[in-house]
Amino acid sequence: MQPSIDVSSSPADPMTPRMFRVLRNYNDTADCYTLSLQAEDGDPLLFAPGQFTMLYAFGRGEVPISISGDPSDPGTLIHTIREVGPVTQALREVKKGGLIGVRGPYGTAWPVKEAEGNDVVFVAGGIGLAPLRPALYQVLHRRSRFGKVALLYGARTPNDILYRDELEKWRSRFDMQVEVTVDRSQAGWRGHVGVVTRLISRTGFDPVNTIAMVCGPEVMMRFAVAELTGRGVAQEQIHVSLERNMKCAVGFCGHCQLGPAFICKDGPVFVFPEVKRLLSIREV
Amino acid sequence: MSAGTTTAPTYRTLTVPQLDQLLSALCKEGYLTIGPTVGDAAIVYDEIRSTKDLPRGYTDEQEAGSYRLRENAQGYFAYITPVQSAKQYLHPPRQHLWEAVKDSEGFHILPDPPANTRYAFVGLRPCELRAIEIQDRVFLTEPFVAQHYKALRQAAFLIVAQCTRAGATCFCQSMGTGPAARGGFDLALTEFPEEATFLLEIGTPRGQAIVDAIGCAEAPEEMVEQARARQSQAALQMGRRLDTEELPKQLGSSYSSGRWEQIARRCLSCGNCTMVCPTCFCTNVEDTASLTGDHAGRWQRWDSCFTSELSYIHGGVVRKSTASRYRQWLLHKLCTWHEQFGESGCVGCGRCITWCPVGIDITEEAQALRQAH
Ligand SMILES: Cc1cc2nc3c(=O)[nH]c(=O)nc-3n(C[C@H](O)[C@H](O)[C@H](O)COP(=O)(O)OP(=O)(O)OC[C@H]3O[C@@H](n4cnc5c(N)ncnc54)[C@H](O)[C@@H]3O)c2cc1C
Ligand code: SF4
Ligand code: SF4
Ligand code: FES
Repeated sequence: MQPSIDVSSSPADPMTPRMFRVLRNYNDTADCYTLSLQAEDGDPLLFAPGQFTMLYAFGRGEVPISISGDPSDPGTLIHTIREVGPVTQALREVKKGGLIGVRGPYGTAWPVKEAEGNDVVFVAGGIGLAPLRPALYQVLHRRSRFGKVALLYGARTPNDILYRDELEKWRSRFDMQVEVTVDRSQAGWRGHVGVVTRLISRTGFDPVNTIAMVCGPEVMMRFAVAELTGRGVAQEQIHVSLERNMKCAVGFCGHCQLGPAFICKDGPVFVFPEVKRLLSIREV
Repeated sequence: MSAGTTTAPTYRTLTVPQLDQLLSALCKEGYLTIGPTVGDAAIVYDEIRSTKDLPRGYTDEQEAGSYRLRENAQGYFAYITPVQSAKQYLHPPRQHLWEAVKDSEGFHILPDPPANTRYAFVGLRPCELRAIEIQDRVFLTEPFVAQHYKALRQAAFLIVAQCTRAGATCFCQSMGTGPAARGGFDLALTEFPEEATFLLEIGTPRGQAIVDAIGCAEAPEEMVEQARARQSQAALQMGRRLDTEELPKQLGSSYSSGRWEQIARRCLSCGNCTMVCPTCFCTNVEDTASLTGDHAGRWQRWDSCFTSELSYIHGGVVRKSTASRYRQWLLHKLCTWHEQFGESGCVGCGRCITWCPVGIDITEEAQALRQAH
């Protein structure tokens, strides 16, 4: 008796990317750029806010990048990327019309549905604004279902501020609070200077009925949680998105482990108490 | 997940010539037969064609940080454990994933067809069989199924050699993975070296079919009892033990123990333990480019939690110290694996103890961490 291996019906290998064409590739800031992609096979990549993909640049490698576009427009796949090394550099060099390999979407989502009926506070540091933007879009599409909405965003310098036009648009809405701060000011900057977590104290929300979504460097997230809980927001109402080295995004490579969690499958978005203890220990 | 449903074990006797017949029958069915052989001063798995290739008369002496091959034993399966396990075949050290090829449109991706080698493993130890089942959970749990592993795993024919001796670094008894396998194999052998025969246990219909074709006689009841007695004998010889009662829970609160620093003073962060461990599964990927630049390959290769690259993220390495890496390794095996997969990540094969150049002993460290609890 032979084992039956029906190769034809086996699903696509989870390590094999689909091909996407670059519709646009433009610079947001000196080191950040946004890729707008479309599937070659025409199948839109449906995703939930907070999920990420693995982007492959020909011959250079593959990296995890959060989806930063609008979930209600899955036909165009948007990623905002900070150039920090070889792969993010190679992706930047792919011109309009060029191809990129995409796997995904992977991971857990921001709790937008659960946040309905509550105030919503987004706290973003640096490139952390990109993974939060899909959640913000969803909240604004269904604005009436939420209480107060606030976006608190910190960038290194005024020149590093992402999505400037959109921030202006959001700021001009009467139904949301937008606060932007920079670590280091430059000539002409008249906004806040200082860490983003300090903005939390000047934001209006009802701590008991607030869902907070926090994304940025790990230290910033720790301070944000401290500020939020200081205001009376329960830890169970705070959600964070974590980052670890990722080589597979499907639980095979072991790189993304944080204690028992595979960040690629069990995260990247966690409700804070799930990761609180391990985040407080060094080098886990 | 073994192909074919497991039938109630039936017992036969198998002579050495019949074992040879079994090996040729497997060859004829297209299997690549892998079994223990005498390699570079150690027992290693390799391709075997007949019982002549088996390490007859050899055994090994293992201790923390030491391994010696001895030629003073009786039987074909008198050694304890080979250096490597079936992992090197089912989850190979280097696996091609796909090829990207430039074309007029840009480039396209040529996925590799799932691996089509059909391995027949001859003489897997019960702990190694359990290690395969543990890796199954990693690679075969929906929704993400590793296609190469799946193809190799489904095709593999598994013949266990039950343990009738245990080594000084063995502790499978503590982990509940040996010294005898009670299922999950196609066939299992218990060797009776004095009589040059084996008790053969049939585990699956396909195991049954191949044995029927050879025409082995039914085993007498007392042979089955004797085999059990020999296996129990091995259980008494375990050189190491690990008290697993409440262990995951207690280790879970040991992150800040001073013991990690103590181990780090000895540990070389060489990663040997992860390479020889039959359940360790971590991999990295490697991109290769052809000279002309129009072909780019993607390879998956074994990685280790003892490297700095494994935890590198832009801005720095997460696990910088050896203490944090050893902590990751031990706690993954004995603690967090339970939360991830509902079972231990250690089968008690003892390889990490034997092949650690400085003789660090996972059972000793776990016990010390537990006591500090
Ligand atoms: C879930 C998730 C979502 C992310 N979303 C975004 C995003 O939306 N925009 C963005 O700019 N960046 C994002 N990152 C970070 C991004 O993946 C890294 O900046 C990128 O991997 C760096 O690769 P590199 O080769 O250019 O640089 P190098 O720093 O040279 O990286 C070398 C290798 O290390 C690994 N690595 C390095 N940094 C990271 C990191 N921070 N996270 C994970 N692996 C890393 C990668 O495997 C990379 O190939 C995200 C990371 C994760 C885990
Ligand atoms: S941790 Fe050590 S004893 Fe346990 S399975 Fe791995 S190599 Fe064997
Ligand atoms: S425990 Fe031993 S084998 Fe493992 S990395 Fe440390 S020195 Fe190497
Ligand atoms: S990224 Fe490979 S296991 Fe999570």
